[in-house]
Amino acid sequence: MERMPKWADVVLIPLISLLLAAILSALVILAIGESPVEALKLMVSGALGSTYGWGYTLYYATNFIFTGLCVAIAFHARMFNIGGEGQALLGGLGVAIVLLYIPWPHWTIALIAAIVAAGAFGAAWAAIPAYLQAKRGSHIVITTIMFNFIAAALLNWALVGPLKAPGQEPATSSFPEATHLPTLGDVFGVFGIEWSHAAPANVSFFIAILACFALWALIWRTRLGYEIRAFGHSEPAARYAGISPTRIIMIAMLISGALAGCMAINNVQGEAERLVLNAAEGAGFIGIAVALMGRSHPFGVFLAAVLFGFLYQGGAELALWMNIQRELIVVIQALVILFTGALDNMIRMPLEKLFVAAGRQPPAPDRKSTSAEGAQ
Amino acid sequence: MTFMPKLLGTAAALALSAGAALADPALIFDLGGKFDKSFNESAYNGAQRWVEETGGSYNEVELQSDAQREQALRRFAENGNDPIVMAGFSFMTPLAEVAPDYPDTTFVIIDGVVEAPNVKSIIFSEHEGSYLVGMLAGMASETGTVGFVGGMDIPLIRKFACGYAEGVLAANPDATVIANMTGTTPAAWNDPVRGSELTLAQIGQGADVVFAAAGGTGLGVLQTAADEGIYSIGVDANQNYLHPGSVLTSMLKRVDNAVYDAFMAGDEIETGLAMLGVAEDGVGAAIDEHNQDLITDEMQAALDEARAGIEAGEIEVHDYTSDESCPSVSF
Repeated sequence: MERMPKWADVVLIPLISLLLAAILSALVILAIGESPVEALKLMVSGALGSTYGWGYTLYYATNFIFTGLCVAIAFHARMFNIGGEGQALLGGLGVAIVLLYIPWPHWTIALIAAIVAAGAFGAAWAAIPAYLQAKRGSHIVITTIMFNFIAAALLNWALVGPLKAPGQEPATSSFPEATHLPTLGDVFGVFGIEWSHAAPANVSFFIAILACFALWALIWRTRLGYEIRAFGHSEPAARYAGISPTRIIMIAMLISGALAGCMAINNVQGEAERLVLNAAEGAGFIGIAVALMGRSHPFGVFLAAVLFGFLYQGGAELALWMNIQRELIVVIQALVILFTGALDNMIRMPLEKLFVAAGRQPPAPDRKSTSAEGAQ
Repeated sequence: MTFMPKLLGTAAALALSAGAALADPALIFDLGGKFDKSFNESAYNGAQRWVEETGGSYNEVELQSDAQREQALRRFAENGNDPIVMAGFSFMTPLAEVAPDYPDTTFVIIDGVVEAPNVKSIIFSEHEGSYLVGMLAGMASETGTVGFVGGMDIPLIRKFACGYAEGVLAANPDATVIANMTGTTPAAWNDPVRGSELTLAQIGQGADVVFAAAGGTGLGVLQTAADEGIYSIGVDANQNYLHPGSVLTSMLKRVDNAVYDAFMAGDEIETGLAMLGVAEDGVGAAIDEHNQDLITDEMQAALDEARAGIEAGEIEVHDYTSDESCPSVSF
């Protein structure tokens, strides 16, 4: 089968998608009578122009790395886990329970415990849809979506009931001082680098990077990863090779849920330092766009997550300093998601045809030369 | 939308690029959004009044998520905005964290109390205002049954309900008060459909006046009351104009005055706790051209009398938040 070179697949398509989204966004901003150039400048300077801006960008990016990896690992087993949101909420519940009721002497130990709890709660929440898919054939898209609602209701119950701190808000009380994670400002301060202490990015950013490496090693360097990919490419072939579909579905979904749950060490333990309602704030859904844009590769997920972190922080800056309603900022963010995630094929198909046509025209001696060209 | 002068954006951009401290005030709305026809819009109107009178400019932001509360506070503080006014009790936790980092900035929080030397906390005596509209409801009701639809079930809203019930019973000791809450989460502030359902249920139980203290949810209550031909009572802002002839009155909570006064005072705000009740004109019952035909002379007289009584301290309305209980109504 003729295909376009890999670099076009990985770099060109996302770039064109982004460009289209940017052009449409610029039109939206023009339509409400503001200057798109001004808006872009504001977004760039607000999100990337200071360590403070970077602190927020990386904070959001950390969330998206976890949820992006969550969707990516499931994609490799050809499963669509839309339940990242609910799994992240449950992860928050696990973190809150562990940090509120056990007195931890130091944040390092508390962080390890929180990772275990967040991962276990997230994985448990993914386990039920996974089991239903593996054993009963209930479609995972439907069940994971429904589990998001159940998770939200469960969190409502917990935060209005047993975990509620005194006061008006449905939220837990703040976690003890000893469990607070150092921000990037504290970390870089050790090395003498000036970095804003006010921004919420914290050490869980490094955990997220570690998770990227670990997932890469798992998928491409272990037998389990091979089985997951084999299952994802063809279930009958995998079955024929002696791979148990039930086992792969369960394991892939458990890892996926655990990754989504681990987001809670960033937003619950790192930022809010207490559990509030709707703590995940849609990051589970952004993870889908991040994984699609990152082509389910951990490094791609990392880059896409930073891009979305930039969009989030830049959007917040737009809301603060320009006369753009928050609804329109959501529209702009949605345009990027739409183009990079949902409308992928709209750009891919014509581009693919173009490349194939271009590859045929010169009397190419063999196909290798096209790929060699592509490698440049 | 061209409500805000272009000036504002340019001023902000200038401030950003130059890093200079502008002493413009800032206003942060809660998640309900600034055009909620209620609490947030009232704050917005106060700021607009200040703009019209002084020609000044201010920064404002509508939040998209909880994580942005602290962010907005810090960004405005670092930008040199002073004072920074925020509407809503949800700012209590973030503000308590942020305020000590910016000792030279004055923060004003409405509906919440934060103890810090540079914070002014404004609390309204909603029970007193609710008492006044409760009296009007008790007198206007023909069935002797009146309703209350609250937003999120929190002590603040129970304070409304309790004062309201006391007012109703003061006007008509035999009256029945039905109180319902929309929900237990912030989503309850913005659920007009559920507000409408609760109103229909209360009408089914005989209510012919319904008081909505529920933010955006209240719009559904007022609409349904108008459709069904009963009276309703608005809240926070003057909502009499929404359905003339059906909205009996509105329990005014002068958030606009609080914002206006804070903006006017600039950096000379007196910090500490301020209670705004009937005596301070912080709360009251709205009478204007849209509802004056509904208010009889007798009702007006009773209203004036009650207002004077509360001001003089002769009438003491029970404050739910003082002991978390209410003798007049059960929830």
